[in-house]
Amino acid sequence: MALDKITQIIGKGVYLAGDDIDTDRIIPARYMKCITFDGLGDYLFYDLRHNEDDTEKDHVFNDPIYSEASILISGKNFGCGSSREHAPQALYRAGFRAIITEGFAEIFFGNSTQLGMPCLTVKTEVIQKLSAAVSSNPETVISINMDNLKISIGDEQFDSTIKEGARESLITGTWDPIGELLEGVEDVDCMAASLPNIDNQ
Amino acid sequence: MGKNLFEKVWGAHTVRELSNGQTQLFVGTHLVHEVTSPQAFGMLKELGLQVRYPERTFATVDHIVPTDENKEPYSDELADAMINAMRKNCKDTGITFFDTHSGKQGILHIVGPEQGITQPGTTIACGDSHTSTHGAFGAIAFGIGTTQIRDILATQTMALNKLKVRRINIDGELAPGVYAKDVILHIIRVLGVNGGTGFAYEYGGEVLDRFSMEERMTVCNMSIEGGARAGYVNPDATTYAYLKGRPYAPKGPAWEEAVENWKSFASDEDCDYDDVVAIRAEDIAPTVTWGINPGQAIFIDENVPDPDQVPADEKDSVLEALEHMKFAPGTPIKGTKIDVAFIGSCTNARISDLKEAAKYIEGHHVAPNVKALVVPGSQIVAKLAEEMGLDEIFTQAGFEWRRAGCSMCLAMNPDKLVGDQLCASSSNRNFKGRQGSPTGRTILMSPLMVAAAAVTGEISDAREVFGVIEPSGV
Repeated sequence: MALDKITQIIGKGVYLAGDDIDTDRIIPARYMKCITFDGLGDYLFYDLRHNEDDTEKDHVFNDPIYSEASILISGKNFGCGSSREHAPQALYRAGFRAIITEGFAEIFFGNSTQLGMPCLTVKTEVIQKLSAAVSSNPETVISINMDNLKISIGDEQFDSTIKEGARESLITGTWDPIGELLEGVEDVDCMAASLPNIDNQ
Repeated sequence: MGKNLFEKVWGAHTVRELSNGQTQLFVGTHLVHEVTSPQAFGMLKELGLQVRYPERTFATVDHIVPTDENKEPYSDELADAMINAMRKNCKDTGITFFDTHSGKQGILHIVGPEQGITQPGTTIACGDSHTSTHGAFGAIAFGIGTTQIRDILATQTMALNKLKVRRINIDGELAPGVYAKDVILHIIRVLGVNGGTGFAYEYGGEVLDRFSMEERMTVCNMSIEGGARAGYVNPDATTYAYLKGRPYAPKGPAWEEAVENWKSFASDEDCDYDDVVAIRAEDIAPTVTWGINPGQAIFIDENVPDPDQVPADEKDSVLEALEHMKFAPGTPIKGTKIDVAFIGSCTNARISDLKEAAKYIEGHHVAPNVKALVVPGSQIVAKLAEEMGLDEIFTQAGFEWRRAGCSMCLAMNPDKLVGDQLCASSSNRNFKGRQGSPTGRTILMSPLMVAAAAVTGEISDAREVFGVIEPSGV
């Protein structure tokens, strides 16, 4: 399967303040009543963006000035909680192509990587600088170089980190592992034959 | 140098290393439910792939099933479409499905163990973060995303990074009225909601050794709330006694062979861990959450934090949590009025949970203006409870007795909080909006503490409400 090699992400950013943004907040469970991921982007951060009568709140995600943002910036332990892939799917379908935070929950990180959406970790000071930049000027362009993991705004550069395996699979276009997993099925069949199976009456 | 269980299971299930350094890991048992799987079956179809080992996948419905009626079609068309998609996908691919009329349906993490599908020394995966529950049996059990469900359906493997292992020893003796739920809430409070990122937690020590399988499941269930993708307890005589005779457990001569094999996976005495943490059982009191993540927890006699007295980097989180919960800084949690009491979920809806709550609720009545419900974790739990008369004890006390499902833990069904109702809940997450209302409020606690709150109409110490609590029946 030919996948895009994700070596560089360039886009505008939007900042969501707070630590421990859980996947229930990214996509409330009631919007997971679906059998496809289509249209999930509409429900991204729904309860943050709406009042209980479904009218829109004054929130950064409702501000048209940020409607073109493709890089999300947030705090620690982003994507904690439920394993729902609906969360990264909603972000991706709402136009996000990279997430920069002070750290990610593990399942969310894996789910996002398999969608080709890099999750980069930076220090608190970098979040402060990036958030200040996009908040003061929504037109700020952020550039992420996946080769050297430098994040740039104009002349300023910041270091970021990502698991090396994830970086490798993103830049080589192997972030969806199905092709490689299928190549190994003969070995899988050998292992399946040697491991106990459930006594399936 | 010996090996720990995680290393042994990982090694035995490693197919090969992938080009990006991840492991192609064989999944011994795959569990599937209706919410996170339909897209995976769709992807499989799009790629023209088949389910490679249908006999290694088991499915049921839990998240969306209404708990007040078992009548189809459901009034919720979307829920109806989901259950029917699950049925069709299982039928088309030959996957065993525990349907709503099978007598075996329930929350997947309760069904797997009670059917004997969950076994030691294997890898288990499921598109649900509480899959860690199955680690109670000495399995390595992971919550996964939908694309990984596709990977497992197609290849019985997934691409994964190896985890580090943190051993958590709980030694000493728990005081009466302190339960497995308090133990795990305390662990998360001490180590933090992201303290387990990159780790599997191995729970052990005298307390875990004495715990029943159901108590071990409660602890392992909430590993993910501490950031750990997997959590487990080494298999022992308690594990084997629980499994013996279960429908899908090995039988006859295969049983002895299986036990010998399972024993070989237990961590060696001289094994290494990446980290070791010790917690004294005597330091744990009945614990309740006060905020909007499971690490924001205090003992029942403590006050909610004062933002001016917490470390600077926690101040914003504390303020946000207090605002959502509508709590004044530095005030006691005890005495907080509740609107709803919920006993249920994959954390605490097993027969021992219901028995313990019923034992003390008898002779008491739910406070006026409190809606209280008990939702058994599976149809088998419900049947057992009804045979013991627990349903009558609960209904006479003013609880609603419901059918098996996830119910109000995540409110993907008709059981929801309304407005800013406050719920005393035996579930696992107190996130904003988790129980179905964006402004709804959740306080996590043990089932007995929920029962106490239901009776008094406010957050209470079960030991005071019910008098002397006997040591839990292990």
